Amino acid sequence: MLEAGLYFLQQLINGITIGSTYALIAIGYTMVYGIIGMINFAHGEIYMIGTYVAFMAIAGMAMLGIEFLPIIFLGALLASMLVSSSFGWAVERIAYRPLRGGNRLIPLISAIGMSIFLQNYVRLGQGSRDIAMSSQITGGFSIGPTDGFHATLSYMQIIIFVVMLVSMALLTLFISKSRMGRACRAVAQDLKMANLLGIDTNRVIATTFVIGAALAAVAGTLLGMYYGVVNAYVGFIAGLKAFTAAVLGGIGSIPGAMLGGILLGIAESMTAAYFSTEYKDVVSFGLLVLILLFKPTGILGKPEVEKI
Amino acid sequence: MSKKVPFALFCAGLTVILAFPILGLNLEHKGTSLVVTGADNWTLIGVLVAALIVFVTQLLKSQIKATYQAVKPNFGGLIQRLPGEDKRKLISKLVLIALIIAALVLPFFTSRQWPDIATLVLIYVILGLGLNVVVGLAGLLDLGYVAFYAVGAYSYALLSQYFGWSFWACLPIGTLLAATFGLLLGFPVLRLRGDYLAIVTLGFGEIIRILLNNFTSITGGPNGIGNIPKPSLPFIQFEPNFEIVWLEFGRRATDGGVPFHKFFDLPYDSSLKVIVLYLIALALAVITILIIQRLIRMPVGRAWEALREDEIACRSLGLNRTAIKLSAFTIGASFAGFAGSLFAARQGFINPESFIFWESVIILAIVVLGGMGSQIGVMIAAAIVVLLQELTAEFDEYRLLAFGAIMVLMMIWKPQGLLPMKRPHIKLKQE
Amino acid sequence: MLKVDNLTMRFGGLIAVDNVSLTVGEREIVSIIGPNGAGKTTVFNCISGFYKPTDGAIEFKQMAIHGLPDFKISRLGMVRTFQHVRLFNSMTVIENLLVAQHRRVNTNLLSGLFKSPSYRKKEAEAMDRAAYWLKKVDLLPVANRSAGNLAYGQQRRLEIARCMVTEPKLLMLDEPAAGLNPKETKDLDDLIVSLKMDFDVSILLIEHDMSLVMGISDRIYVINQGAPLAQGTPQEIKDNPDVIKAYLGEE
Repeated sequence: MLEAGLYFLQQLINGITIGSTYALIAIGYTMVYGIIGMINFAHGEIYMIGTYVAFMAIAGMAMLGIEFLPIIFLGALLASMLVSSSFGWAVERIAYRPLRGGNRLIPLISAIGMSIFLQNYVRLGQGSRDIAMSSQITGGFSIGPTDGFHATLSYMQIIIFVVMLVSMALLTLFISKSRMGRACRAVAQDLKMANLLGIDTNRVIATTFVIGAALAAVAGTLLGMYYGVVNAYVGFIAGLKAFTAAVLGGIGSIPGAMLGGILLGIAESMTAAYFSTEYKDVVSFGLLVLILLFKPTGILGKPEVEKI
Repeated sequence: MSKKVPFALFCAGLTVILAFPILGLNLEHKGTSLVVTGADNWTLIGVLVAALIVFVTQLLKSQIKATYQAVKPNFGGLIQRLPGEDKRKLISKLVLIALIIAALVLPFFTSRQWPDIATLVLIYVILGLGLNVVVGLAGLLDLGYVAFYAVGAYSYALLSQYFGWSFWACLPIGTLLAATFGLLLGFPVLRLRGDYLAIVTLGFGEIIRILLNNFTSITGGPNGIGNIPKPSLPFIQFEPNFEIVWLEFGRRATDGGVPFHKFFDLPYDSSLKVIVLYLIALALAVITILIIQRLIRMPVGRAWEALREDEIACRSLGLNRTAIKLSAFTIGASFAGFAGSLFAARQGFINPESFIFWESVIILAIVVLGGMGSQIGVMIAAAIVVLLQELTAEFDEYRLLAFGAIMVLMMIWKPQGLLPMKRPHIKLKQE
Repeated sequence: MLKVDNLTMRFGGLIAVDNVSLTVGEREIVSIIGPNGAGKTTVFNCISGFYKPTDGAIEFKQMAIHGLPDFKISRLGMVRTFQHVRLFNSMTVIENLLVAQHRRVNTNLLSGLFKSPSYRKKEAEAMDRAAYWLKKVDLLPVANRSAGNLAYGQQRRLEIARCMVTEPKLLMLDEPAAGLNPKETKDLDDLIVSLKMDFDVSILLIEHDMSLVMGISDRIYVINQGAPLAQGTPQEIKDNPDVIKAYLGEE
């Protein structure tokens, strides 16, 4: 009985952990969608690039002989955020801004093209093999009897969850208190109006992409350190899952992204544990299809009215 | 002018950040640890040169634009000088006949390789035209088109493996089955908005692939299904008794048929099998083209275009947009099933790897390059894409890289496709 | 023909239409007027099924239609135009009219693929009907031109022809005179009246142009800020002090 409970607890912990990373990536999708109404297909690749850079930073610091964990962690975060944000900015500028307004199919196809381009760009530069890294932060808490089955709550898992909460808090603060944050909200509500009011919408949109990319990089760093492996293709699946999370929570809503991420993470973890690991991807896709069919606005989203 | 320099510097710096970590650094495993090494000097120089180019272009952006405007070739004038419309129709008819004759005769004069590649081109032509119905004509972004392709292929493979049914029996079944899947998927999904539709269809495509991979007992899982027979052709024999003989083109007969070379007492020619498959593919492709040409002129085709133009106006006129979208989706799916059976016959062996998301992207790229809505454009694009793929097989990564870049560039510069052709309009004849 | 009772439309906290009631009888021209932003188009959208009204009852030809989707209502014989002309721009004028007759032609795939006699007959009939209406609105010379290439006045006429080719019982026009010069407005005037007299159609229209409204309406409803303000014959409305205040108060 205790064992079953502990097993469940473990799945819950694992689910919340992975869900937190989905939440961080999902923010990028939800913010961009909320502001310009398009799905940034390339966002998953931005996350993947963040992971690669984090690996490089950690390896580099190890080579320099740095062993102080907080510095390694911070260094990885900053490096990945810098590079990912740059990519985020560049992608928006090159592939999306020229196509704003008008037919929605066209930016979507451009986004897909960008996604393919980035994936293969990294493949060219880094090879298609997996890159593995040993765990930097090990150890954790043990829950349950010392002999027999016990659940583990690793330090890394705690860090992931905490970083996610802190990021969410900072972002919410930024959106509600800062001037740029208010501009973001205005543009999300009505782009044309915001333009007329003198808000530099280009700048706001660029900022949105940059923030989303930075958070994806954070997720990349965290997940990279957690799983210890990366390759050029992780972006695709992670992106799809994060998008599912964003839709689940309500696209356009930041707390929705968090909620959706956690819920999806738990659902996946439970499926993998109690059914089969092969089908956990099917669960994500299936969940996505179901939400879009029955409640496309998601849990916390607002219903949209078509303007005729 | 002074604002340009900081921006140009910013862009150059950005280029370095974008290029240096990914291209200029390498992650290697040294023993158990991970190390970062710099890439070779040429790459690093390349990065710096790229940054320099970006810096200069940003600085001189307006001058470059002005020069381009001045020397841009005037295509408008060119269009004026094309022959008049009736003459054009005659010329295109003649060209078409010439092409058909060439297509029928050429394979007998080339090496075995060409009809084989040509068959693949024709398969992609059918796929491209089918997806064009969905994306180009009706304006629905389907990213899971490959699922219907898989249905067609697997239905032939399974039916022939478990029941021994022939290609010609399985072809319509595969088509109908794919159409049914299209109907089932489309019905709940088509009322979704464009981008959501894209994602859901993508998800569906992936689900089908995962299911095919996992139901090993039926579908063979990752090992797929092999020994898929090539189609045989019927021949009417008068002596010694009047019957229909099924001629096969392999060296030995599989059950039911008679090898062609044995029947006509000719030496075995291995290239005949390839040529026959090519001719069958050609026939199927021509049928596809003809059907779609008809569809465009029929009410259903008009409804697709109207729906793509202005959905709200359609609704106000009593058109049921879900039914219209469904018709496009289902018809598009059936062409994919059509092509799928042909694909299975060509390969002789299929597994889920042939039906990954990339295939959907490639087919989409064909439609995009060809000009969404233009039949001829799609056909030419299919030829280009397949030939490129076959001829540059070693440069896999560069090819995909170019793919992605081309898709983005096409959308920015020519979203109507490389050769936007005007479709023939229905005309009111006035006395 | 059309009976609207206590129509209310709420968007979140905003009440766009507040308890509007109106009727349109057979062979009547009824106008809805009111200052900008009064919610007139929203009323149209509710009646034609593009919006689901929050409250109220709508009856068309003695059938309850509120809650029905837009295309189903249209099939019952109610068509509408839009504030901004919605034509199928890349299609020709004649093709626009053919699409409108989608319900009348043979949509069976096999009949179409093999050009069966019934298919050809129905297509020919649709062509004839289209030609007839093009002649009526004087667009026959441009039948084969792209709808997007027409002059604005021609586009407006095409929109009306496209509606009429579906043989409706109720035609709803949303600001049909917007952007037309005085001559074109006069022609529109005559066209609308002839639609009523010769084709047995009732017309419900939203308009700003007072001369048009006063000249041809049998009855007028005035709406201000979503709520009904007044109703009556053109003469009654012209003399109504509340109406005058609502309009003058705006300036």
